[in-house]
Amino acid sequence: MKKLKLNYVLLSLSMIVILGMIACKPKNAGNAVSADAAEKAYVAPGHYDEFYNFVSGGFSGQMSVYGLPSGRLLRVVPIFSNDPESGYGYSEETKPMLNTSHGFIPWDDQHHLDLSQTNGEIDGRWVFANANNTPRVARVDLRTFHTAEIIELPNSSGNHSSPFITENTEYVVAGTRFSVPPDNVNGDVPINTYKQNFKGTISFIRVAKEDGKMDIAFQLQCPPVDFDLSHAGKGKSHGWFFFSCYNTEQANTLLEVNASQRDKDFIMAVNWKKAEEYIKAGKGKKVPVKYAHNVYNESTHTATSEIKNEVLVLDTKELKDICYFIPCPKSPHGCDVDPTGEYIVGSGKLAALIPVFSFDKIQAAIAKKDFAGDYEGIPVIKYESALYGEVQKPGLGPLHTEFDGKGNAITSFFVSSEIVKWNIKDLKVIDRQPTFYSVGHLCIPGGDTKKPNAKYVIAYNKITKDRYLPTGPELAQSAQLYDISGDKMQLILDFPTIGEPHYAQAVAADVIKNNSIKFYKIEENKNAFVAKGESEAKVVRTGNKVDIYMTSIRSHFVPDNIEGIKVGDEVFFHVTNLEQDWDIPHGFAIKGAPNGELLIMPGETQTLKWVAEKSGIFPFYCTDFCSALHQEMQGYIRVSPQGSNVPLLFSTGKNLPKSDSTKK
Amino acid sequence: MKLNLFILSMVFFLISCGYSSADKAPGTDGANTKDISSYDPNRGLGKFSKIEVSPNLDDAKATAGEKVYGVKCSSCHKLTGEKLVGPGWKGVTSRHAPEWIMNFVTNTDEMINKDPKAQALLEICLVRMPNQNLSDDDARNIYEFMRKNDGVK
Repeated sequence: MKKLKLNYVLLSLSMIVILGMIACKPKNAGNAVSADAAEKAYVAPGHYDEFYNFVSGGFSGQMSVYGLPSGRLLRVVPIFSNDPESGYGYSEETKPMLNTSHGFIPWDDQHHLDLSQTNGEIDGRWVFANANNTPRVARVDLRTFHTAEIIELPNSSGNHSSPFITENTEYVVAGTRFSVPPDNVNGDVPINTYKQNFKGTISFIRVAKEDGKMDIAFQLQCPPVDFDLSHAGKGKSHGWFFFSCYNTEQANTLLEVNASQRDKDFIMAVNWKKAEEYIKAGKGKKVPVKYAHNVYNESTHTATSEIKNEVLVLDTKELKDICYFIPCPKSPHGCDVDPTGEYIVGSGKLAALIPVFSFDKIQAAIAKKDFAGDYEGIPVIKYESALYGEVQKPGLGPLHTEFDGKGNAITSFFVSSEIVKWNIKDLKVIDRQPTFYSVGHLCIPGGDTKKPNAKYVIAYNKITKDRYLPTGPELAQSAQLYDISGDKMQLILDFPTIGEPHYAQAVAADVIKNNSIKFYKIEENKNAFVAKGESEAKVVRTGNKVDIYMTSIRSHFVPDNIEGIKVGDEVFFHVTNLEQDWDIPHGFAIKGAPNGELLIMPGETQTLKWVAEKSGIFPFYCTDFCSALHQEMQGYIRVSPQGSNVPLLFSTGKNLPKSDSTKK
Repeated sequence: MKLNLFILSMVFFLISCGYSSADKAPGTDGANTKDISSYDPNRGLGKFSKIEVSPNLDDAKATAGEKVYGVKCSSCHKLTGEKLVGPGWKGVTSRHAPEWIMNFVTNTDEMINKDPKAQALLEICLVRMPNQNLSDDDARNIYEFMRKNDGVK
């Protein structure tokens, strides 16, 4: 204990020194930090963090997982980009995860995450992730931290307002940013026929209660605009979904100017329970499309990809009482619903105020048909009839809002580079703190649920400039952690992130950590090429295809000497890790492999395809340090010319064939 | 002897780097420490304190044990006396009491950390025996298979 105190004294002293140094830096570059910041963000070696922070990886396509308050990186979970480090997207078992109607796609742009909820609270089962570029939604299983499922979205482009969920994870939504002609009509049209030929589509993906399996329940065909972000209603507004949209000008070129003309764009309120009624009444149209649905099976450790051919579409122009537009100032971006479900906060990127809409007033306006007309056949509610009030002069360029569950909201301001706390009831600003620099998304643990756990807010910044040591033209991406347990928000930590961080989620560690599995049971391994024990290790040739059923355990492979492979053979290394203990993965790498390595978890089987291209000896080895004799965990494969008569032999620990048989 | 212990503990430290801390939730440190004077080196550490063994072989158990051996043990242990990664199994039932063997195969990490015989074996093999997560029945069946391997009929 004494030592700890001394450490704190030392830390505080060093903070003072650091502060002194920072004082010479450009204005504002660190003066928001007070001396107890280090203590608040400090997690002693060997101790766990209090929260998990799931952070979108932006153009890395992956998700990163941090511990809070330390900001320590725990994992990078590959989702939409292949990952040579783990073999994701390279192993035969995981390749189908990245299949789409466009074929195999090894990259995407991952922007938003949403944790599954039950009764409006985070239940810790899954985290959903969106892919922007080739529209997809993924589900990551939080027992394994593996991507369990990816579904592609037809009739869609730029899947930005996704993957936000309803309060019992009934649905995950996905909305098009780029309106496009629907998939089943001829898309070969002049681009400037946007208004006639393009459509905006919102997809509702059903999530099965027990196992989380996704399928597209229905799509709403909407007028062509850019759908941006969304959040589900909750509590009293459960059954509704809210989507921000910009480009209601319907521009198809120079959107920077042409989509910023109107004084107000819209938030679109969607009554999805009404949509369900229409489907029951048979009002949906089955439309031919093509999209991939990829599922990872945990007992075979193998993914399968299925191309589906049909989707159910509801036309919101005909079925008038599903969608309503609510005017919202200046290119709204964030669209956030408070924990009670009553207040919907729209954040206009170019606005200098924040409008707060009332769910009760929206309902009253709909009942009274208090409309200001329609937009492409969809009723537009009068702004004043939906408005609860406006936060005046909050800052410049509001983007996103999270909630503390104590009646307050915290909004990020990109242009004025700050976070601002305000009271939802009286709409008064309570506190503002600078961010370094140009904050985008915000995250409070549970901050978009019914029950926020508001100890911290994390700001995900777009610019870091002088915050870290320079690393050439490309700099670290960063997040900043603020303690919000007191009246004043207090910056306590900067930490770098992967890719570009967008929306994130955080939750108390207890909700996740006890469900984390430690290894796969070898008895339950149903991989088609598993070897359950070394007696099942073998090499099987079928034509020019060679299947090697290989085992690994500390610290050897069986087999580790393989002969009789011929140039042109397609060799499949099916490696089963026989270990049954926590934290004992084995790796597998072979010289000249043009793809990646395998990282095989205990009890798992993974397969690397390797084409023998020239004759010679090729070594393979374990890449994950496994024991004192890890460096001995190696083997050789002998490749002979086509037509050679070297017999197929495999062994471990026996010197086959007799050494003199190969003497010249 | 002291020097040996020192070297041994260094080896443990190196081999188990990060392991023991990851295995324990914060605040549980020290929960396993026991008074060393009451330690029974023939029984070892674990849940098994008295195993009834009949003079004759239980065939069903031995067959079940052989299956588990194939999946989880044979990678490192031969049925002869020859050492592979770990010691060969020939004679193992005369070297150790049934309780010690069953505790060792089910409570591997704690045994390697604390039991003198297990530590001596590590000094020879230098690879920590993996915990293969055997059930209680698995452990008993394997013990019966070891007896069969040692000639019990």
